[in-house]
Amino acid sequence: MQELKKDLYLIEKAELLNIIMEKKNALWRLCQICCSYPKLEDHFEVTYSFANGQDLSNYRLIAQRDEEVPSISRVYKSAIYYENEMHELWGLKVENIKQDFHDKLYRIDVETPFLVKEEQKDGE
Amino acid sequence: MGNRSVVPFGPQHPVLPEPIHLDLVLEDEKVLAAIPSIGFIHRGLESLTNKKDFNEMVYVAERICGICSFMHGMSYCMALEDIMNIEVPRRADYLRTIWGEMSRLHSHLLWLGLLADGFGFEALFMHSWRLREKILDMFEVSTGGRVIFSVNTIGGVLKDMPADMLNDFVRQLDEMEKEIRETTAIFLDDYTVKSRLVDVGIITGEDAIRRGAVGPMMRASGINVDMRKNGYGAYNDIDFEVITSNKCDSYARCEVRIGEIFQSIDIIRQCVAKIPDTEINTKVTGMPNGESIIRVEQPRGEAFYHVRANGTKFLDRFRVRTPTFANIPALTQTLQGCQYGDVPLLVLTIDPCISCTER
Repeated sequence: MQELKKDLYLIEKAELLNIIMEKKNALWRLCQICCSYPKLEDHFEVTYSFANGQDLSNYRLIAQRDEEVPSISRVYKSAIYYENEMHELWGLKVENIKQDFHDKLYRIDVETPFLVKEEQKDGE
Repeated sequence: MGNRSVVPFGPQHPVLPEPIHLDLVLEDEKVLAAIPSIGFIHRGLESLTNKKDFNEMVYVAERICGICSFMHGMSYCMALEDIMNIEVPRRADYLRTIWGEMSRLHSHLLWLGLLADGFGFEALFMHSWRLREKILDMFEVSTGGRVIFSVNTIGGVLKDMPADMLNDFVRQLDEMEKEIRETTAIFLDDYTVKSRLVDVGIITGEDAIRRGAVGPMMRASGINVDMRKNGYGAYNDIDFEVITSNKCDSYARCEVRIGEIFQSIDIIRQCVAKIPDTEINTKVTGMPNGESIIRVEQPRGEAFYHVRANGTKFLDRFRVRTPTFANIPALTQTLQGCQYGDVPLLVLTIDPCISCTER
């Protein structure tokens, strides 16, 4: 685990589930999961944020385009919505989501994931 | 075993000003599960960072929601100020806090009206919204807008409120407080209201944490969490206690929001008494480079802002996790086991803002 800045740590995929279990057992709340795709780097960054009272901890995982990240929805049920959102809108592969909406959480007419759509547009 | 069926709830429904869809799995009149679908008004505001520069994004952030418009703009500016190491003049912090608390007042009064409308108490709905109208008038006087104010800028605020205007607002709020107390007493004491709210939609504190609930939804389950205690804006100069309730039901959520109405009035009074006489904004130069995570307490709960900049005028990532999105898992929990007739009311008790959720 590497500290990127205050309360933000870079973690390996193998460390994720241990961290999640520690947070759950200490009654930390899942604040959010954020997926981003920085323009200068060709990979996904998935940031998990946890809060306990006023405290906040963020853990960042790097995932390649075709790499699967483990789901945490069996530990934190509220993760279902964040993970489905990341898969649907960003195209991030998440394995074993407890409740997979099969790209139907967001009822939008435009084609998703947006990232793929943007690249197709750039290529034209 | 009774008859099982799946009943669609929304996206068009009388209690929903905005569209959300729930598939309700029923056994006779009892709800066994609720499966939500969102996205009917998804606007892709986050991805506008590809087209709008970081200054223009202030106005995009304000358009995330029509109720918490000011707070979205403020949170975005706070994130950029953090990235660019900008110290905001103290008066701007106070002005942001005053407008923020007025937004909370207006949001909670709006919610009380919607709740009253939800259980068919039309007179109470009208009274709540009549009071809310006065707050909107104050917004119009101080900013020129009733919904979107556009007073936030990176580095402070664009408009000041002179002392006589602030004192007039406090006088108006003093008068309103008596009327609000009369109206909210009906929500808290009336038998018909209580019969719809007490012991309906219970979620325990531990469940609220497990489901990631925020704001009044969490505080009504006895959890003492309020982002204002982190001391952003002028809150570190303000004396206030977090309002909680241990009842964990819909009545508790109503009670917490009503408590916060009076608390907001008190915070505005304290701000007006203490506001320093400084500049209202500071000049900003250069491009943002770095990232920031900001949490603010909106009327509906904690809003989470993650902004990442790359040294150009276009941001790498602008992520907003709104309180309603965080409260959806808690909502599905409260719906499990409830009666079908209570579903509209329970959806209302999270104070859903679908525009926020959709972004």
